[in-house]
Amino acid sequence: MTGTRIPAIGLIDRGQKLSFRWQGETLTGFAGDTLASALLANGVRVVGRSFKYHRPRGIFAAGAEEPNAILDVWHNSQNDPNARATLVPLQDGMSARAISGWPSLNFDAFQGLDLLHRFLPAGFYYKTFMAPDWHRYEPNIRRMAGLGTAQKTPDTRHYETRHAQVDVLVIGAGPAGLAAARAAAAGGRSVMLVDENPQFGGSLLWGDATINGQIGTAWARDTTASLAASGAQLLPNTTAFAYYDQNTIGLMEHRSHAASGWAEDRLWSVLAAEVVLATGAIERPLVFPNNDRPGVMLASAVLRYLRQYGVLVGKSVVLTTNNDSAYETATALLAAGGQVAVADVRAEPGPVANAAQAAGARVYAGSVVLNTGGLGGIAWADIGPADATSQRNATSRIGCDIVASSGGWTPVVHLFSQSGGKLRWDETLSAFLPNTGRQAHQLAGSMAGWQSLAECLASGHKAGGSHGEAPVTAIARLPTPLQPYWHVPITGARQWLDLQNDVTVKDVGLAARENFQSVEHLKRYTTLGMATDQGKTSNVNGLAVMAELTGRTIPETGTTTFRMPYTPVSLGAMAGMRHGDLYAPKRQLPAQSEHDAAGALMREYGGWMRPACYPLPGETEAQAVQREARLVRTNGGLFDGSSLGKIEVFGADAAKFLNLIYYNEVANLKPGRLRYVLLLRETGIIYDDGVIARVAEDRYLLSPSSSHTAGVLAMLELWHQTEYPSMDVAFHDVTAAWATIAICGPRVRDILATLATDIDLSDAALPHMAMAHGRIMGIQARVARVSFTGERSYEISVTAGHGAALWRHLLAQGPTPYGIESLSILRGEKGYILIGTDTDGLTMPDDLGMSGPLRAKKVDFVGKRSLTTPDGARPDRRQFVGLLPEQPGFVPMVGTHAITDGPTRRSLGWITTAAHSPTLGRSFALGMIEGGRAHMGETVTLFDRGKTSRATICSPVFHDVEGAKLHG
Amino acid sequence: MLNIPCPHCGPRSEYEFQFGGEPATRPIPASEVSDAQWSDYLYARTNIKGRNRELWCHSGGCGQWFLMERDTVTHEIFRTETIGSGTIGA
Repeated sequence: MTGTRIPAIGLIDRGQKLSFRWQGETLTGFAGDTLASALLANGVRVVGRSFKYHRPRGIFAAGAEEPNAILDVWHNSQNDPNARATLVPLQDGMSARAISGWPSLNFDAFQGLDLLHRFLPAGFYYKTFMAPDWHRYEPNIRRMAGLGTAQKTPDTRHYETRHAQVDVLVIGAGPAGLAAARAAAAGGRSVMLVDENPQFGGSLLWGDATINGQIGTAWARDTTASLAASGAQLLPNTTAFAYYDQNTIGLMEHRSHAASGWAEDRLWSVLAAEVVLATGAIERPLVFPNNDRPGVMLASAVLRYLRQYGVLVGKSVVLTTNNDSAYETATALLAAGGQVAVADVRAEPGPVANAAQAAGARVYAGSVVLNTGGLGGIAWADIGPADATSQRNATSRIGCDIVASSGGWTPVVHLFSQSGGKLRWDETLSAFLPNTGRQAHQLAGSMAGWQSLAECLASGHKAGGSHGEAPVTAIARLPTPLQPYWHVPITGARQWLDLQNDVTVKDVGLAARENFQSVEHLKRYTTLGMATDQGKTSNVNGLAVMAELTGRTIPETGTTTFRMPYTPVSLGAMAGMRHGDLYAPKRQLPAQSEHDAAGALMREYGGWMRPACYPLPGETEAQAVQREARLVRTNGGLFDGSSLGKIEVFGADAAKFLNLIYYNEVANLKPGRLRYVLLLRETGIIYDDGVIARVAEDRYLLSPSSSHTAGVLAMLELWHQTEYPSMDVAFHDVTAAWATIAICGPRVRDILATLATDIDLSDAALPHMAMAHGRIMGIQARVARVSFTGERSYEISVTAGHGAALWRHLLAQGPTPYGIESLSILRGEKGYILIGTDTDGLTMPDDLGMSGPLRAKKVDFVGKRSLTTPDGARPDRRQFVGLLPEQPGFVPMVGTHAITDGPTRRSLGWITTAAHSPTLGRSFALGMIEGGRAHMGETVTLFDRGKTSRATICSPVFHDVEGAKLHG
Repeated sequence: MLNIPCPHCGPRSEYEFQFGGEPATRPIPASEVSDAQWSDYLYARTNIKGRNRELWCHSGGCGQWFLMERDTVTHEIFRTETIGSGTIGA
């Protein structure tokens, strides 16, 4: 317990105390804290166990780069299972737990694994858990690794997706970003400024700065206020996680302050005329033995916790560095009453170090930390020469509770790289910097390699278009150059590169020896940089170690591809409002209320909610379906067919055009008549079937299947626009405008007689496959004689608003309402196919026995040529037949194969529809069987999951073979 | 998200569009075409890495198919035009 809150420092609101829980214990923090700063202020050291060796780990950083403090956070009964504590604004009532450590964080049952580290090198899992199959081991290994557990209850948070267009999107609200936004706004452009932190200001929030005569924080606050006043859109707590093509940026806005249900998180897609990348830089650590203990931190993080949050993370701090930036941490710690020793690898650290020494820091030139020790944390650090080859070379042991390091700065080039920009290695900064960009963006601040505040402000002002007066700050003296230093040249001790995935210098050495030297191989073999932090603090160090081991330069070794997202984006935010009922909105029938009243079992069929059947009280679905299928033939049936497609086709060339599209001849159809038609793809495969009505010489009404209506319309448009653009024809989908109710069965004429209509319904005026228009009950209507049950049937269509009334009137006449499942038996008994059920992606018309149009029709309709290819003419194509199981009570599963008899069994095809028929009093099936029509009357063996049975191949028409009932 | 300039509606979000692939010229009369030629028309596409000619439909807008010249690597859109205006590729 070492961290303490220092009075009077920091930007937290000490008047607003917040209570939160950590591992079940109640702690307090202040408004303005992050979860990480509040934990440190309460003296919390260990926040997790490491991924592989189960070593205790503490908070390491203060920003998005944090590798260790990945916590399970609950707030308002909602959970973020892998939250980065450094990015979570503290909230009252928040509860956080470690995601690793069993049975407890301080005693991990698997910590013994650390003693076995010699036997757990890189690639250990790949090499060991091979036989018989990695998947056997994976669940246990994953559990041991410790990752957050997703909540079991639905995510009730309200997520939103937003789109925006702006002139200038500035990413990063540090000094450079603020200067850029300010200049762009002064130039009259629309500006959006985003930053992943709750407060704008970036490094000004913890740096020692004066701009335009103001303290840095005050300048940031005033600049933010004037930007808001100018109408700029300001988005704090917002991460720009992706840079897509055409200057489109993905933003993840965390609105953790929002009340429950008020768009807690929003995902933005922003199209910007220009993007200003002011994404800053991340400090990278120096690598030294035992550099993973709780209490080892980044020097900049120590400074930030002190200045921004008023948290002194340790009273005695050892800093180790290869550059000047750690000295600001040193002087700030001294000013806050801490003790500081600095091990600087440079032989002559220069004036900044001298100043720190004068202020009370002990500076060890040409030195580095060679070891750290302490139980569950840090109690001491050994300092020795930077070129030490053994830990015995240590010259001083310093008692301390924090060891903080700085190995230089890594510009945040992630978004630049995602945008297609190329990087170059800069020797002076030992960093990859943006080189050539590909999209419309400007670079500003430390991400572009600028080091001093003056340069960052100047680059920002320029990036924003140099409008208005440039912000002014004192010109800092030139820093003493950084000395590249990648790890201590000791071979015996473990030196960590990637804290989140437990990758050490030795692991990279092993990868180099085993020839996984390409940077992409290195990454995958050792898992370096593959954790949720994506190696923000480890990639450059790992790359440098590999370069050193293979005798190459760092640019020769290369860098891995930066991929989106910059930090994890929750799946809920990705889904936005597209979930539940809104994921794929269901269409409802006009008479929906009547089906509900009749007790229908509603189910989704091709995007429509339709009755499956209408079970009576106490009846199962199977019983209801059998009853309905029987009564339709004996009593008469009532069916809502409103979802069947209705596409009107108009124009002088309507007949000519449709004849070029449909498989069947439709140009010779007489007005008022209907025809059953197939629609093929150009490949000759059946896409849809349906009924086409000719309303007038220049007008047709198509009735595609419910789920294909949009597809058929799109196909008509495509062919008209691209192949036959000069034809005078137009299409209009009127499906939703009409309610269509079908009545059928023996009493159908009596029922029709109850309708007041001017339509002549006599057989002479309206024979089977004819249509008539007029009025029913005074309402615009049409009646079509078409049947999908095999019974005498009338489809009555009225304007959609009258569908419920029509259904009510017809139901009152006593027919049996029936649903899709019952219809499936009725149409099956008649051998009427259902496209996509009885046919598949290989079925051609002749396979169904419909070869007439191919022979008779002269025009070059869609798919015609494909029917005469060798494949289309193959004699062993599967053909549509009926199958009667030998056992009349046995209903084979759909998908059951018919197989050859004999020693080598082979599939001949399969069953596509099967049911028990109440009318036949036995089971029946339909199927696609190889050369089936030539084998009528023969029996075949059915095979289903090891069990065989027999069935006879027969005609697919089982009921009313002559079709007399259609006219009866 | 790409911004696609529909020749009828102007620049609109990619979400409103449907991709139609490389246009293929239908061999006519089909009955006199060899099986191989027909198969090429159905299935063979150049699938160029780079500047390519494609069919797109503004299905969430005017519903019209049009031609677009686009780089399949960088996604840069060079131009779009209505079908039959005949300046893209061919």
